[in-house]
Amino acid sequence: MRALSPRIYLITGAALLALLGLTIAAAYINLGPMNTAVAMTISLTKAALIMLFFMHVRYSKSLLWIFVGAGFFWLSIMLVLAMSDYMSRGWS
Amino acid sequence: MPSLALPVEHQFDDAGQQREAATLGMWVFLSTEILFFGGMFLAYTAYRYTYPQAFAEASRQTLIAFGAVNTAVLLISSTVMAFAVRAASKNRRALLGLLLLGTAGLGALFLIIKGFEYAHEIKEHLLPGSRFYTNASDPKHVELFFSIYWVMTGVHALHVTIGVVLIVFFAFRAWFTNAFLNRDTPVELLGLYWHFVDIVWVFLFPLIYMIDRHS
Amino acid sequence: MTTATLQPGPSPTTRSEPTYLNVRTTISSWLLTTDHKRIAILYMVSITLFFFIGGAAAALMRLELLTPQGELVTSETYNKLFTIHGVVMVWFFLIPSIPTVLGNFLLPMMIGGRDVAFPKINLASWYLFMAGGLFTVFSIVTGGVDTGWTFYTPYSSTYANGHVIAMATGIFIAGFGSIATGLNFIVTTHTMRAPGMTWSRLPLFVWSLYATSVILVLATPVLAILLALLALERGFGVGIFNPAIGGDPLLFQHLFWFYSHPAVYIMILPGMGVVSELIPCFARRKIFGYHFVAYASIAIAVLGFLVWGHHMFVSSQSIYAGMIFSVLSFMVAIPSAIKVFNWTATLYKGSILFATPMLYALGFVGLFTIGGLTGLFLAALAVDVHVHDTYFVIAHFHYIMVGGMVMAYLGGLHFWWPKISGRMYPERLARLAALTIFAGFNLTFFPQFILGYLGMPRRYHVYAPEFQVLNVLSSAGASILAIGYLLPLAYLLWSWRYGKIAPSNPWRATGLEWTTPSPPPKDNFEITPVVTTEPYQYDPEAAELEAHA
Repeated sequence: MRALSPRIYLITGAALLALLGLTIAAAYINLGPMNTAVAMTISLTKAALIMLFFMHVRYSKSLLWIFVGAGFFWLSIMLVLAMSDYMSRGWS
Repeated sequence: MPSLALPVEHQFDDAGQQREAATLGMWVFLSTEILFFGGMFLAYTAYRYTYPQAFAEASRQTLIAFGAVNTAVLLISSTVMAFAVRAASKNRRALLGLLLLGTAGLGALFLIIKGFEYAHEIKEHLLPGSRFYTNASDPKHVELFFSIYWVMTGVHALHVTIGVVLIVFFAFRAWFTNAFLNRDTPVELLGLYWHFVDIVWVFLFPLIYMIDRHS
Repeated sequence: MTTATLQPGPSPTTRSEPTYLNVRTTISSWLLTTDHKRIAILYMVSITLFFFIGGAAAALMRLELLTPQGELVTSETYNKLFTIHGVVMVWFFLIPSIPTVLGNFLLPMMIGGRDVAFPKINLASWYLFMAGGLFTVFSIVTGGVDTGWTFYTPYSSTYANGHVIAMATGIFIAGFGSIATGLNFIVTTHTMRAPGMTWSRLPLFVWSLYATSVILVLATPVLAILLALLALERGFGVGIFNPAIGGDPLLFQHLFWFYSHPAVYIMILPGMGVVSELIPCFARRKIFGYHFVAYASIAIAVLGFLVWGHHMFVSSQSIYAGMIFSVLSFMVAIPSAIKVFNWTATLYKGSILFATPMLYALGFVGLFTIGGLTGLFLAALAVDVHVHDTYFVIAHFHYIMVGGMVMAYLGGLHFWWPKISGRMYPERLARLAALTIFAGFNLTFFPQFILGYLGMPRRYHVYAPEFQVLNVLSSAGASILAIGYLLPLAYLLWSWRYGKIAPSNPWRATGLEWTTPSPPPKDNFEITPVVTTEPYQYDPEAAELEAHA
């Protein structure tokens, strides 16, 4: 694995901490139902930064991207289909 | 003159193939971990959807300051770990050992802070079971939240603990043996594990601590 | 170097180098082996043992069901029997069977490699399997569990007596063995193929193992966390599924079936892979539609994750979710049907040899088709309301698991037996056993379709008297089936010592594994093969000419 320049790691780390601050700040503002969406979006961004730069996914073969994506994709299958039950129980 | 690196294992044709296989194997393992934690995320989602008020109220009883500090601790530890992996790739064994120890130290700090939180919650009768007690308006469903809280943070803390132990072990190997001379793949894989544990917490933090802090 | 030799190779007695069997023969050389072939043998012995444990439970059940009253065992004991049967057969026989025995033995050889990617993890997977088995057997002998293999809450989490936690722990540990196997196979297939072995030249057995491995690594972790949550609730009162605090029993079922439905594809895909090897060889024809079969395996693996709710149609799942799962369940039948069509088309104008492996393969195609079609009945909401939890469901999945999977396992075992052991099994006795199994199987399970349709519920040992005749037929069939299974156990063991010495390629099959001696040396190939041809280069004209020469 070729070593990345320290700057990339430092900037990524700083960005992560900044996003953490944003997460906390946003939690105290009333955005109604958007609060959760905002929080999850920021979390996804943090996760993406960690994966791309700390875990070197950005510099890896595309096969690895497929494997990374597969886990999340399958998790989303579980969540979406199971929640389709919970969310439609009250209908009619 | 000691050999510069451990030989390639017999089933592989060359070091490149061995490295590719090891990295792919680690990512497959991390995918299994996504699904392992994922089951608990489904439980959380289903119950939060069904009992939104109780979950919001229960979330307000968690110690957000501790959670926030812990998140920062893990994010910094991931940064340190990234530098450790870089040191390994440059064969700087002393620095590698130091950075690994730093990562482990931050991981241990996470566990200590978590320990304080847990102690507080036990004192406040928020441990699920016969001793659970809350004067919230919907105590049963608050207990459900805390069941999920304890299980999710507990399983996560278990993963952190395993990580800390492995990292300390690797730090000593880096200092006292040639294990990582021209052989940084194990350190990189350990780094992948540690970053994954960090990612799980990045999702857990807002879901547990900040369902509704603005009402 | 080409992929195939149609001539039988040298017999083991004229070879000079040692085989994987005799290279070292101490006990520790077996228990600490990292050779994928020896690990396959370790698994083979273990799963055979578990098969007969699960079979014993079934035998007791079928004995009990000879009479409408519960005369042989109490209700509680009966509940424990079907739990043992389900748990042991699913997790300690069916799920490991073909992947850990035939897959472990053949995958590296079929791709031209020396071993799997992580041989030590491979050995660890066997120890995990055995440790899990130990916990499960402990749970059985200390009184058993009566929840059914499905462990539904809140019964299993709160009210059941018995060693639920021990059994759950056993399955949890064995699950990590499964994950290790799947991980190994995925990485091996991606990174260790011999030069020239492109994905399109892989034997279909490898494609099916790959698809199986994807399911293994993505589904099993969900079962693992579920069992952990169950143990925590039962042991420590952490009530995630406890209705008293708002917990939802259906959450358990969602998580359970999210794993357990893909698990049935873990069980059947390798069997389909074996059949895809057997039919071309014994019809002397290239497989019809190679890419269709290959991609169908992947499609089954993916679609199989989208249908789990069809186990919960009458559990108070939302009817709208039920409709979605019903439609998806119809769709998952399509790739399986494609495979059946392709196998049938492969037979057309072939030069069929009814050797024992082919008997099992043909039996598979017919019985799997019946089982699969009855799955479509169950996928229809309106039908399922009536036959859910009846013997119709039991017959459905036994047609697939026993009529399909077990026959595929036996077919594969017979096909590759010369390669594994260096010996031929006795062909005529083996054909008799195959026919006995086929007859016994159908007599056992066809009446159960009728019983279920007429309304006999499953998991009951007491039933209405008008069901007795069909139950007696079923139990009679079971006794024939049992004899049928004991025959291969006996003659395969016998052949290990006394069977005819096998040549390299007794079936004149294609595939890299047949270019090695029988049994193979420890590192499989003397020099790494280079692949230049497509798989299944069978030629019916040449076979005809040889037959008339």
